[in-house]
Amino acid sequence: MAVSTNPADHAPAAGTRPGGHKDGFRATSRKDHWATEPLAVLIGLSLFIIYATWAAFQGNHYYVSPYLSPFYSPLLWVNPDAAGAAPVAHAWFGSWPQWWPAFIPISPSILILPFPGAFRFTCYYYRKAYYRSFAGMPPGCAVGPIPQHPYKGETKFLLFQNLHRYAMYIALIFVVVLWTDAVRAFFKDGRFGIGVGTVVLIINAALLSGYTFGCHSLRHLVGGRLDCFSCSSSCEARHSLWSKITGFNERHMQYAWMSLFWVAFTDFYVRMVSLGYIPDFNTWGR
Amino acid sequence: MVVLDAIHRIQALHANDLACRWNCKAGKCGSCSMEINGRPKLACMTRLSDYDPEETITVQPMKTFPIIKDLVTDVSFNYEVNKRIPPFKPKPRDADGNYRMMQKDVDRIQEFRKCIECFLCQDVCHVLRDHRRQDAFAGPRWFIRLASLEMHPLDTADRVSQIKEDFGIGFCNITKCCTEVCPEGIHITDNAIIPLKERLADRYYDPVMWLMRKITGKDRKK
Repeated sequence: MAVSTNPADHAPAAGTRPGGHKDGFRATSRKDHWATEPLAVLIGLSLFIIYATWAAFQGNHYYVSPYLSPFYSPLLWVNPDAAGAAPVAHAWFGSWPQWWPAFIPISPSILILPFPGAFRFTCYYYRKAYYRSFAGMPPGCAVGPIPQHPYKGETKFLLFQNLHRYAMYIALIFVVVLWTDAVRAFFKDGRFGIGVGTVVLIINAALLSGYTFGCHSLRHLVGGRLDCFSCSSSCEARHSLWSKITGFNERHMQYAWMSLFWVAFTDFYVRMVSLGYIPDFNTWGR
Repeated sequence: MVVLDAIHRIQALHANDLACRWNCKAGKCGSCSMEINGRPKLACMTRLSDYDPEETITVQPMKTFPIIKDLVTDVSFNYEVNKRIPPFKPKPRDADGNYRMMQKDVDRIQEFRKCIECFLCQDVCHVLRDHRRQDAFAGPRWFIRLASLEMHPLDTADRVSQIKEDFGIGFCNITKCCTEVCPEGIHITDNAIIPLKERLADRYYDPVMWLMRKITGKDRKK
């Protein structure tokens, strides 16, 4: 192998630092396909946001006995006039209120979706994902970020990310609600049975549980904030819980994606069955 | 054959004055940190067989630190940060004159002891590498050290306010590049930085925690 020993051959090109590094957005010496991952994340999250927003504003075909779409659960109020709406008895507070402003679409989903949305938006995994893919802060490791002067990180405008735990508290309530929906889906008109939709709802509740129970804030609050795990029986119990949550936490990214996909698929499945486009194979008979 | 061997070959045969820092050749001293095809790596742990034989492999010094010569950088910034970290301050010994810790208490901080101070995490962190916030941000390596002290069952010092104000943990936006490049596989973000951010949230951002402290009149620690 011939190696030039002439220093002029190794001088940095114009616009580069002495070590040959470049500055600027997307500047890198990496030769691998580093853009693939942020691009895939960008596409995946964008598709979900578009579908979830569309589904949330539909306000119809979110229910087909005994299945309720997770985008519409918990059901606070029901508009009984909407096609594919749940019976009013399913709603926590009954029929849609008369005082509802006319300029806001009537959809039970828009009342509740901001909460799981906030949980995912402030999630430590999703922060990594969208800071890289949407904000270019940076788009990849050892890849130039979008310039900021001065860089502030999460010290100013993004300070609200520190309240992730409050979104988590609400997400825990949603997990209970979704498990309740999944269990209730085994009973149609008082008769026990099982269908494809039941399985879909159970998987949805399980994946969302796996995602929620792997939350970094939950891990901190149940035991991570302790320095001594063996100092009392309650500390021992919290260590045991912390260890279990750590197991979920190590797969937080996987659960984040699987639950994201499945919750959208669950809504899609219920919607398709409610619209009559696909049959639901089950033990009740149609 | 590893990249460091190739550099030594070049040094011996073609460029006798080529500067390269190295020591153990076993991935344990953290000396031969550099950027290989743009990725922060240890040269002694990067096999040439992992690359296409026809491919030109590019080696560069770490971008975050000033270059002394060729592949050797001045990493003294790190040692200056380390000097500012309040040291271990143990609680009094037990009545029999011993310190006691249970295994479950030290398991968590044991991971942080694996750090070999290669400073690849410091190199890849965009806060230091691109935004040049050395004035306000300590970097991932020092959050590992701070976490190992803060989570130590015998330690009594309180560094939370310094972690916020002096070491600037808020500048970290959790992009996990430090974890990706760590040759020791330390979960820097999940096990050190995020837990420290949560401790800050307890202290500074959680209104319920603040209220509980006001009511009970006591802080969580020490």
